[in-house]
Amino acid sequence: MNEIVTLISAALLVIGSLFALVASVGLVRLPDLYTRMHAASKAGTMGACLMLIALAIHAADFGTMSRALAGVVFFLLTAPVSSHLLAKASYAVGYRLHSSSVMDDMAPKDQAK
Amino acid sequence: MSADIILDYAVTLALATLCLAFFVTIYRIIKGPTLPDRILGLDMLVAIAIGFIAVIGIKTGFTLYVDVAIALGLVGFLATVAFARFVLSRGKTEDDLLSEAREAAAAARREAKAASRAENRERQHSTRSGQ
Repeated sequence: MNEIVTLISAALLVIGSLFALVASVGLVRLPDLYTRMHAASKAGTMGACLMLIALAIHAADFGTMSRALAGVVFFLLTAPVSSHLLAKASYAVGYRLHSSSVMDDMAPKDQAK
Repeated sequence: MSADIILDYAVTLALATLCLAFFVTIYRIIKGPTLPDRILGLDMLVAIAIGFIAVIGIKTGFTLYVDVAIALGLVGFLATVAFARFVLSRGKTEDDLLSEAREAAAAARREAKAASRAENRERQHSTRSGQ
């Protein structure tokens, strides 16, 4: 039983770090701010949360586990809020979408195609 | 192969992968053409640092690291929100700032040229009157 828990936490660690790597590669490869945000705020949050869950199931005592899960919930709650705020602010200021974008739902009605 | 050895390998692999992710994100922060790109990179760096803290917490067995991770998440959230407010209150993109600077430079150049032309004219006038 103990070995299974250790193996699960090892697997979660590797998967979480791979998610973080994929998020950062997306941060470099994608063309504009909004697509980069799509990579960073989903895959990045997923990676950090998976690694915190690995810590939670690796820890034996209840206190550490509950705090790690509270950290996961907190991170899951705050990451969408902050990236939504950043996206909204930069769209309002006038950072444009990349030219290969096919749809802009927030464009004014007369300019929408 | 016992589970602890596999966990050791997993910890090493996770640390190496996180290191790579960290440097790739730093490349975007340095290169990032606009301010929001850099803020996004900062957000990503906080997520990677939380991952680092979780891995180190498993490796060393210190449970205090969980509190550090929660505090770091709070700081990262507040920093991103504050930067987003800053982007909103600045109200200009990098292109706006660049074109403004170009216009200011062109205006300054025009003014300097006009001033030097006026000076030349004055000098010619004074030499002519001196003769």
